[in-house]
Amino acid sequence: MSHGANHMTQSEPNRRSEPLIKVKGIVKNFGAFTAVDNVDLEIYRGELFSILGASGCGKTTLLRILAGLESPSSGTVFVDGIDITNLPPYERPVNMMFQSYALFPHMTVAHNVAYGLKRDGVAKPELWKRVDEILDMVELSDLSKRKPHQLSGGQRQRVALARALVKQPKVLLLDEPLAALDKRLREQTQFELMRIQEQVGVTFVVVTHDQGEAMTLSDRIAVMDCGRFVQIGSPSRLYEFPKNRFIASFIGSVNMLAGQVVRCDGTLCTIYIPSHDSHFEVEHGEYLDKGAAIWLAVRPEKIRISQTSPTSDMPNQILGIVDDIAYTGNMSTYRVRTEAGDVLEVTHPNQSRAKDSQLVADWGDTAHLCWAPSDAVLFSE
Amino acid sequence: MRGKRSLFLLSALSFGFAFLYVPMAVLIFYSFNYSKLVPVWGGFSTRWYRVLFESEEMWAALTLSLKIATVNATVATLLGALAGLTLSRAGHFKGRTLFAGMVSAPLVMPEVITGLSLLLLFITLSNLIGWPSERGMTTITIAHITFSLAYVAVIVQSRLAGVSQDLEEAAQDLGGKPFRVLIDITLPLLMPALAAGWLLAFTLSLDDLVIASFVSGPGSNTLPILIYSRIRLGLRPDINALATMIILVVSIGVFVAGWLLLRQQRLRDQEAQLATADSNGK
Repeated sequence: MSHGANHMTQSEPNRRSEPLIKVKGIVKNFGAFTAVDNVDLEIYRGELFSILGASGCGKTTLLRILAGLESPSSGTVFVDGIDITNLPPYERPVNMMFQSYALFPHMTVAHNVAYGLKRDGVAKPELWKRVDEILDMVELSDLSKRKPHQLSGGQRQRVALARALVKQPKVLLLDEPLAALDKRLREQTQFELMRIQEQVGVTFVVVTHDQGEAMTLSDRIAVMDCGRFVQIGSPSRLYEFPKNRFIASFIGSVNMLAGQVVRCDGTLCTIYIPSHDSHFEVEHGEYLDKGAAIWLAVRPEKIRISQTSPTSDMPNQILGIVDDIAYTGNMSTYRVRTEAGDVLEVTHPNQSRAKDSQLVADWGDTAHLCWAPSDAVLFSE
Repeated sequence: MRGKRSLFLLSALSFGFAFLYVPMAVLIFYSFNYSKLVPVWGGFSTRWYRVLFESEEMWAALTLSLKIATVNATVATLLGALAGLTLSRAGHFKGRTLFAGMVSAPLVMPEVITGLSLLLLFITLSNLIGWPSERGMTTITIAHITFSLAYVAVIVQSRLAGVSQDLEEAAQDLGGKPFRVLIDITLPLLMPALAAGWLLAFTLSLDDLVIASFVSGPGSNTLPILIYSRIRLGLRPDINALATMIILVVSIGVFVAGWLLLRQQRLRDQEAQLATADSNGK
């Protein structure tokens, strides 16, 4: 159940145009196991769309259905208004970049990239011109005569990308495109992918298990769990207005408190949290029944932490003791044990280099926590 | 303690090698014996080599064996590759388990049984439809193909298990129709397995005595059949000369193969170094 999101405006793609990809009621069964369970999806032209989920949630199966490598048990797939559900992979206006890259080991980089164009019967001069152009774009022109085993991981990834893009597909499917790269290269490559997507204007559909990657890359994200979509929206929408507890804890970290509705007037709710024996105020755009059980969720960076007591007119105050500090350079994460005994996570940026002001509180210090009524979210399940 | 153990290991090693190679050394040694009696030294001579090279019977047997081995290896590789491809790439089809079992059955079937049953088949066929009219090269070749293809199928299957299906899917995704993908991607990647399968089928055929002697006819002696029938008449020095020649050919083959493998390995290492050097420089 969603609460609190309705009064917000959101950045959504251009809805005036028809969606480029339309997935209707797709089901995929493997024996008794349902990998994809009645999924509907619309992806718009030029979008960088991510399907995010833990392993085994059905995201790769869905991608393979889009590529034509798996046929759905029921449902239809439209690309650009044409039903492609029963088209074999080699007749679809869609190309895929495999997680393993699947580079042909017996062909050079140039021939790997040229393979798709050859199968399309593109004439020789035109073909090699396009291969050169795309290799130039991914900065691999110097290595075009190498075989895949003579390349580093990052170079292989770029060959796979070039090979999938050179046919100028309507849609590029990317299965965990960055998973095989080490951390630093992955961060560079994220921006590289976004640059290339902008340059070629092809619609990207990325499957990933890495929520940070999905947040950085995507225009919109669909979070998948047990073969179904839980929520589809822009990264900021998923982060700030998660639909339920699953989304809130799957994307980023969150502090969750169980309580009851005391009062609710459609803009502001008062929540009683029994474990703290205190009341909290949350801005909330919907009416809630008095006495209803509810979860109050607040992100670690939305909580203000200080050693001095905030002014008494600030609502939502909690007193606690710093249990643990994780210093990560740009910020510190404080684990504060409250009087009620639960632990809240609070992050605070390390804005100054001065030694004393690096930490707002030290181990064992008393800390005052508070947050604005607009910074918490309520879930009714 | 340490010294004792290493002495034990050393003597075990020498004994093992002696067991393997002394008989061959003795055989080579006596092939240069002038005497007609194999175990009696009568001075150095290449007399038996001359006898060997002048023996038309020997040449005929060698030619027949090589012909059968070549045809067998080629047909068995073709059929075995098809069987291997079906087993590892066709997914689940009705009767797959039965097919898999029947393809690999010749691997475990005693040769005597295979030979006998094939002989019965050929006799029955000959009575029913008049073919094969006589047993000889054709029947031996067919018999060899039946068991060689099982070996090829196993080799192809295990190689395909190591080739990611992603490659074939990627080729299809890029616009390759299934047959095109087989030619462009699967077959080139199978080449090492096909070469190994061909060589194995060739060797198996060249080596086979039991099955061949069941289905051979008068006047169609393969080399193993000839050697065996000669031995039955008593040890003769020209057989020693023949054995020496075979040992020589096999040794050269093994050395060349080893050298080629080593060279390929060095080349790969160099290329791998090149790749890492590049990515570090970037």
